[in-house]
Amino acid sequence: MSQTVVVDIVRIAVILGMFLGCVAYLVWVERKLLGHIQIRVGPKRVGPYGLLQPIADFVKLVSKEDLTPPNAHRALFRLAPAIALVPAILSIAVIPFGGTIRVLGREMPIGIADINVGLLYVFAMSSMGVFGIALAGWSSNNKYSLMGGLRSSAQLISYEVSLGLSVLGVVLLAGTFSLREIVAAQHPIPFVALQPVGFLLFLMASSAEIARIPFDLPEAETELVAGFHTEYSSMKFAMFFVAEYANLVTVSAMAVTLFLGGWNGPFLPGPIWFALKTAAMLFLFIWVRGTLPRYRYDQLMRFGWKFLLPVALLNLLVTALIVALSGGEG
Amino acid sequence: MQYDLVAVLVFMVVGVALLAFILALSRLLQPRDPNPAKLTTYECGEQPVGPAWIQFNIRFYVMALVFVIFDVEVVFLFPWAVVFQKLGLFAFVEMMVFLGILLVGLAYVWRNGDIEWVKPLPGPAALEDEKGAR
Amino acid sequence: MNQIGFVLLSVLAVGSALSVILQRNPVMSALSLVVTIFSLALAFLSLGSSFVAVVQVIVYAGAVMVLFVFVIMLLDLGRREPFKLTGVGRKILGIAAVAAFLFQISASLSAVGVMGARPPEPLPPGYGTALAIGRSVFTDYVYPFEAASVLLLAAMVGALILAKRRI
Repeated sequence: MSQTVVVDIVRIAVILGMFLGCVAYLVWVERKLLGHIQIRVGPKRVGPYGLLQPIADFVKLVSKEDLTPPNAHRALFRLAPAIALVPAILSIAVIPFGGTIRVLGREMPIGIADINVGLLYVFAMSSMGVFGIALAGWSSNNKYSLMGGLRSSAQLISYEVSLGLSVLGVVLLAGTFSLREIVAAQHPIPFVALQPVGFLLFLMASSAEIARIPFDLPEAETELVAGFHTEYSSMKFAMFFVAEYANLVTVSAMAVTLFLGGWNGPFLPGPIWFALKTAAMLFLFIWVRGTLPRYRYDQLMRFGWKFLLPVALLNLLVTALIVALSGGEG
Repeated sequence: MQYDLVAVLVFMVVGVALLAFILALSRLLQPRDPNPAKLTTYECGEQPVGPAWIQFNIRFYVMALVFVIFDVEVVFLFPWAVVFQKLGLFAFVEMMVFLGILLVGLAYVWRNGDIEWVKPLPGPAALEDEKGAR
Repeated sequence: MNQIGFVLLSVLAVGSALSVILQRNPVMSALSLVVTIFSLALAFLSLGSSFVAVVQVIVYAGAVMVLFVFVIMLLDLGRREPFKLTGVGRKILGIAAVAAFLFQISASLSAVGVMGARPPEPLPPGYGTALAIGRSVFTDYVYPFEAASVLLLAAMVGALILAKRRI
């Protein structure tokens, strides 16, 4: 018993450590790539190729003074970054990174847990992100923060419905919410081949959910300074920052799990395939950021409600009709 | 299943503990030297004018209302998608009726312009609303 | 083990529910309600209803509470003077409401028997999963399900019409 608990804690620590390491280095990768896209070199001073940049950033943020504006609502101002960060980290708990591995004579799935409502769990966690943003915006008692927070939360809720609808096609085909079973269902053919429209819808809706370009209105710095985190400094700012990149990694991993066949792949071991595919998704997101301009707010709302939502519904109905007419698999 | 839930709970505890550790570390390392100018609310270097807690535009509320309805609709779709292969065409017809009725709602908000962000200004009443947003 | 967890969750749920009505700031009340919803979700989970647990979080915490927070911000209730219970009539009304509530609780408790009085029956396999719920909703409860869509439609149209009257 005690041995299994130790194995569990080690497993969780390893996954958490790798995840946070990924998040830290993602910032470096993004800056480097964006630099090259814009014909600059990106960070290069700290360490070879600027590889120590994330560590330098961390040391700097940890040792900075933490300011709370006197007019802010103090309790909520402190709570908001944690409300943003904790669900962002918790979402990875159900993502399967690979098949099974033998540790100390016990067959163990690679990943933290496999609960039978895994997909909905990720959903529930992502729907908690709204609170961090709305409360940060409100509690700062700053006009930019409030406007930024409101706009972001309205954006998040507008795209959440489409996000839910876009993954339902996958659920229809797999007939389960367990992410491990969804991956298993994609053994020969990944769902992207059967759900190409669903995949695109998922990419668009999730970019909006994690506020990436072209939907990065929460931090439209030309009009809102820094949006909801204008007043935040030091580690509290870092928590929002980490939450943002953690969400990016989660969304990429979810795209791989739901549409790109997860850890399935020939020759290489499962976790390597998973990492490669996730890296490709991350590259795509950064590439998009380096290429596209930002939407205007009214365009964003119109796109979400009048394009994404009806198309997602239509995609779902067409998928359902095909599954029903082909008699299903069960 | 039960075992996996325990793993998720342990994960939650580990995550929160890590967060608390980093925050404590930052507490130890950071300087603490506030002064009034440093603490002022940021307003592009000007003295802040009035509080930010004002009544804001009703459009945000309408948006949230429409969202709640559609979110509930999606929640009904979740179990439907799981059992769909077992029930087949019957479930499809059922859901068509359900969605059909709700699509009337979408058509209603669409026609009424409730999901329109920029609206034509019909008169002084709308101008009042605009002022509330600023 | 499970029972201890359940009791702890119940304490958390009741405590945060108390905090909802005792907080002076409406935003804090709303947050306390989110904690209540979370502890209820975990309680559902400990009882084997994983689907209801997640849906509880998605709908109540993720949607309804967002609406609440929006309303609080919209009406700028954050800084308003807290509501005070004054006057003898209101106090009597309050006491009467509490008495009625306690009566109802004791009545329903005596109806089902206090915890542990009756050993729980073992759950059927697959209980509480999305599959089981979907099966019963889409076969046995088709008409209530369709009626729910009409209810949702009426709720949306009604709320919008009320919202658009000048607040």
